[in-house]
Amino acid sequence: MNDPAGFGPDLAEVFGPSQSDGGPELVQLLTPEGERVHHPEFDMEFSAEQLLGFYRDMVLTRRIDVEATALQRHGELGIWAQLLGQEAAQIGAGRALKPQDYVFPTYREHGVAWCRGLDPLKLLGLFRGVDQGSWDPTEANFGLYTIVIGAQTLHATGYAMGVQRDGLVGTGDPDRDMAVIAHFGDGASSQGDVNESFIFAASYNAPVVFFCQNNQWAISEPIERQTRIPLYQRALGFGFPGIRVDGNDVMATYAVTQAALKRAREGNGPSFIEAYTYRMGAHTTTDDPTRYRLNDDLERWKLRDPIERLKVYLRRNGLVDQKFFDDLDAEAKELGHHLREGCKSLPDPKPLDQFGYVFQEITEELAAQRDGFAAYLESFEEVQS
Amino acid sequence: MSEAGMSTQKITLAKGLNMGLRKAMEADDKVLIAGEDVGKLGGVFRITDGLQKDFGEDRVIDSPLAESGIVGTAVGMALRGYRPVVEIQFDGFVYPAYDQIVCQVAKFTYRSQGKVKMPMVIRIPFGGGIGAVEHHSESPEAQFAHTPGLKVVACSNPVDGYWMIQQAIAHDDPVIFLEPKRQYHADKAELDESATPEPLFSSRVVRKGEDVTVLAYGPTVKTALKCAEAAEQEGRSLEVIDLRTLSPLDMRPVYESVRRTGRVVVTHEAHVNLGMGSELAARITEECFYSLEAPVLRVGAFDHPYPPSRIEEEYLPDLDRVLDAVDRTFAF
Repeated sequence: MNDPAGFGPDLAEVFGPSQSDGGPELVQLLTPEGERVHHPEFDMEFSAEQLLGFYRDMVLTRRIDVEATALQRHGELGIWAQLLGQEAAQIGAGRALKPQDYVFPTYREHGVAWCRGLDPLKLLGLFRGVDQGSWDPTEANFGLYTIVIGAQTLHATGYAMGVQRDGLVGTGDPDRDMAVIAHFGDGASSQGDVNESFIFAASYNAPVVFFCQNNQWAISEPIERQTRIPLYQRALGFGFPGIRVDGNDVMATYAVTQAALKRAREGNGPSFIEAYTYRMGAHTTTDDPTRYRLNDDLERWKLRDPIERLKVYLRRNGLVDQKFFDDLDAEAKELGHHLREGCKSLPDPKPLDQFGYVFQEITEELAAQRDGFAAYLESFEEVQS
Repeated sequence: MSEAGMSTQKITLAKGLNMGLRKAMEADDKVLIAGEDVGKLGGVFRITDGLQKDFGEDRVIDSPLAESGIVGTAVGMALRGYRPVVEIQFDGFVYPAYDQIVCQVAKFTYRSQGKVKMPMVIRIPFGGGIGAVEHHSESPEAQFAHTPGLKVVACSNPVDGYWMIQQAIAHDDPVIFLEPKRQYHADKAELDESATPEPLFSSRVVRKGEDVTVLAYGPTVKTALKCAEAAEQEGRSLEVIDLRTLSPLDMRPVYESVRRTGRVVVTHEAHVNLGMGSELAARITEECFYSLEAPVLRVGAFDHPYPPSRIEEEYLPDLDRVLDAVDRTFAF
């Protein structure tokens, strides 16, 4: 596997004039028809094993999404934020990470969570209402899901500033240097926090990659409501490079993200990736996209499905046999079973435990509230007995 | 200088805070300072004076002019294991950071079921009386005390400033640290650095008395003490308690006092409506109902925005208004 073209001397060419001059705007390595194409800056070779890995990740991520959606329909989840159609953007970005890198997700990064090795069952707790993030962010360097739109981009930037202070940027040791990636969507690009995070990251040259999945819709509002220029072009105004990649092309997303992370790790500062994709499902399971968008749009994007194009490529090039698909199908079924059974047996939170989570050092007054509530609850038990 | 030599000196609140910050930075190299103009300038009130020179630009960070950005990036630094101390330049400028404070800073520990620490201090110069333009004289403490997950303290004097800022920085939960800006460069007090400070989250009786309990914090502690002196000449004995901690409240000294005096006046610069005084009145009523000779009276701001500064002395609770309330506690 080769590294993609460096971000060093060719930086201005890659991100600057060549883009704004109307050059090859969308970085693509695999067309919707499954044709392998080459890009002058971001081309890279992928092994069959790597591509099969991407394919498996995307299929299983979609399975997580389908199962969770079904669990919501069955009343097992209160809500679910679907990622259907965004699998390549998330797997490409997630697989480009090194173990030491740190991820700040939104609430839709189920594919990135998968890449970080998080048991997808842990993602369901928030949506079932049994917790507000059950994983320890330090275990897989994967932050808690963030509901307030864009707030995590500042956390990512601050974390990256901490990494700088730890001397873990630009040491020349690729296994030591760290990068931070902040996920957000096109709607979040309008938030003050996101714009402030760009300013802080640029000002301090922080090792952070801003990864925006432009899925064209912020609930019911189209991208045109958020921006009048391509989002990636905003980055230059903040003083760092921006690039638009085909977010339904796992190869291109991987190549571009890997290059951006490398740039950050090497101490060359922030960059912005606009992964151009489409939210094929609803915003969440409570949303009804038929009220605000045309079915034609959805049909057009179905032709650019991230999984199908890789499947076509794998088959056409003889990189895969039927056994692979059969095994994967069985694995997906097993994963579905794990989620269905696991979800239903997630324990409900205990009311009295909630008091203990508020602080590292509980206050006397809060402890008194807990004890009072406990006595109140016990009074019912006495009546019953 | 006293006989103890180098360990005691007369200092202002600004100096006490500055010395406390320096001590905290010396004690733990994870302590970082961030805020607008905190570097070369030393902050607009000079609280961080000289710290960037001695600890470098990586530890005393001049921030872009964006309060949400200052607090939001501090969250990230705390997640990375640092102990950020951020300065909000003026009380009225904290609101752009309000979302980060109440939704993120306050909730990280809870959301993670205690797995994530958020050891952050948010310093806010608060209160009026400095002849400033609008947005520079506000008292937003109740908005933070109302938020679960935050701890809120207010210092009132140089010695407390020195100790409390160090204790807040060493604490593993987020602390909103309120500093009465009117007092920064006012009275001096003797600091003994070898003394043992009281716990951070504790109230303190600053003047013993028998007839009426006056509760104050931050800038109104001085007002309350002046009231006690004036009342003494009229034969009335006021007990003054400096609350110091607003969330959690340390009610023990308050209850103990009220059970003796039976009368309470609470004074703060913040609006009376749903202010700290409302909570104090409720708790005192719940706990000391049969000791009370009069309802708990509150002296604070009227419910209009902070006025133009030429009339701020009419608006701020002063000696006469507090004493008027003390008189009224005898009318029931």
